[in-house]
Amino acid sequence: MKETPLSNCERDFVLLAVREKKRLDGRQTYDYRKVRIAFGTEYGCCVVELGKTRVLAQVSCELVSPKPSRPSEGVLFFNLELSPMASPGFEQGRQSEMAIEMNRLLERCLRSSRSVDTESLCVISGEKVWQVRTDIHALNHDGNIMDAAVIAANAALAHFRRPDVTVQGEEVTLYSVEDRDPVPLTIHHMPLTTTFAFFHEGSRLLVDPTRLEERVMEGRLLVAMNKHRELCALQASGGIRLLQDQVLRCSHVASVKVLELTEIIQRALENDVQARKEGRCCGLAESLPVQRVTVACAHDAVVNNEEARRRADEVVKCAEEPADTEGAVYHRGPHTAQVGEGLVNSWVVDDNEPKSEEEQEEAMDDGDLEGVKVENEEVEELSDDSVVILETQHRAPNVVQLSDGSEEDEVIILSGKDLMNVSSDWSRVPLSVPPC
Amino acid sequence: MAETANVVVLMPGETLQLPNSEASLTPAQELVLGPGLRRDDGGTVVATKAGVLRRRDPNVYWIDSHQKRYVPVRGEMVIGIVAAKSVDLFKVDIGSSEHASLSYLAFEGATKRNRPNLQVGDLVFTRLLVANKDMEPEVVCVDSAGRANGLGQLSGDGFLIHTSLEFCRRLLTPGCPLIASLSAVCPCEITVGMNGRVWLRAKALWPAAVAAALLERSNCIETEQMKSQLQNLTDCLANF
Repeated sequence: MKETPLSNCERDFVLLAVREKKRLDGRQTYDYRKVRIAFGTEYGCCVVELGKTRVLAQVSCELVSPKPSRPSEGVLFFNLELSPMASPGFEQGRQSEMAIEMNRLLERCLRSSRSVDTESLCVISGEKVWQVRTDIHALNHDGNIMDAAVIAANAALAHFRRPDVTVQGEEVTLYSVEDRDPVPLTIHHMPLTTTFAFFHEGSRLLVDPTRLEERVMEGRLLVAMNKHRELCALQASGGIRLLQDQVLRCSHVASVKVLELTEIIQRALENDVQARKEGRCCGLAESLPVQRVTVACAHDAVVNNEEARRRADEVVKCAEEPADTEGAVYHRGPHTAQVGEGLVNSWVVDDNEPKSEEEQEEAMDDGDLEGVKVENEEVEELSDDSVVILETQHRAPNVVQLSDGSEEDEVIILSGKDLMNVSSDWSRVPLSVPPC
Repeated sequence: MAETANVVVLMPGETLQLPNSEASLTPAQELVLGPGLRRDDGGTVVATKAGVLRRRDPNVYWIDSHQKRYVPVRGEMVIGIVAAKSVDLFKVDIGSSEHASLSYLAFEGATKRNRPNLQVGDLVFTRLLVANKDMEPEVVCVDSAGRANGLGQLSGDGFLIHTSLEFCRRLLTPGCPLIASLSAVCPCEITVGMNGRVWLRAKALWPAAVAAALLERSNCIETEQMKSQLQNLTDCLANF
């Protein structure tokens, strides 16, 4: 799928606006769009929104053998995926030139600047180290994916926890999340990028270009810096000539922007930790804003509970007379007895009977309807009564004792003493069964 | 099928329950199904898109959804971007899966000698002459009488915004409150294509930018709520 071509009038309009020092979304030259950071339920999952640009980062880890050249260092891996989901212009599978450039920049920015301590990822030198993999997916492309991706990668790495490992002599123990709290990575610093778009032969620049501005711009300068004002990477693309002053001014602007962004990331991380500690809802579903296509008004629904009321009344009426059924217990051997052979089964109730268990439950389920609630309680009280009756009957000799009055419990516990009373030649013993 | 007041929201695959009176229609009163609705083999009506069910008398049903991909329909007016030039035709991007072709001769007063002067990237307001799922769409800039009648090249000093198809249809409904208020806030010349593109031109750069921002932000506002929301929006854009 080809991308929509850029029309001349859009280009002219943007260039004119830039010349007049205005931006189409009302921002100033050095303004970022609104940054939103949301974390997933799992550790190491992060979604970053930069205006309409949206990027998802997921960190994962596994134990691998280290590189022979660096036997005591863990492996960091970064991968940025530009799928057609973000923009129809991106192709599936094959990496575009833009994707390769961005991947390389991501590695330079985060790995070469040693932002994550790789030595602490070593388990046994030369044999087992952690490989930490950061996968970044562009979900929507509205310009400046790079800055969003770097923010997402940093936030996800800081949010990530790896399983704990102990080494005792030769023995390595890997603890699951249930056994021991997972441990965070050691983050030395957070290198963040700031993108500058240049127009009119480098005489005008904009921070955080949108997609339209990106398509019109003549050149781009990317400055990666941490909050200690240490330059981590610098990349100019688009074949534009820049003066020394311009680069210096850009790095100065970048240092301010990086401070703000670091602050936002830290705050998002703190909020997430706080939410987890308090057991509040955390995760993407909760933290992303609700965007629903519905109307803004609610309407009361009328629920017909006449039927439920009638049924509950019936149940109450029927429950008043406990069914007087006779059961029988056959003693089939030591510790074994059988209940009710040759008689009508009073446990499995006919479906048509209004006082069946399911219907009773239905009535209880409808209990949140106000009208039914009262009857519902009555039903429960009555069933309690019936249990009392049952227990009084138990005192009679030669009666097998039931464990409790539960109607749903089909297990009958026969005490040894009662069984002793049952004559060994399978004689019948009357048993009262609780009403259903 | 979620129903609130008189708005029915359908999801793809959901069956549409038509009122009883319409389920038993005589052959003379037929039921017209628009985009997003399909009749199953069994005769039941099934939604194929997620969106709001709309209805118009007598018995016309369709689904309105937030869609940006344009499917060409014969006779519709669309805004195209010239993507390529060849010997006797232009390739025009109208937002569909395939570029549409526009003949050099399909302009008012064009002859073999007198060719229209269009560059790649220019905008044209065209009408779809051929829209077939098996064929390349064809657009023209003349009506059947050979008159431009408003069609043709759009001037380069305007601005183009890309919105959803549904929003464009709403803009084009007679008496749309947004168009009326827009003229009060920032007077501009506006052309709406059915393919989700709106071209506008104002006297200066900034009114045009404000109008564009206003249109983009009112994208998700219901037509009924537009009037009350517009004041908020214009207030927001005052110090834009």
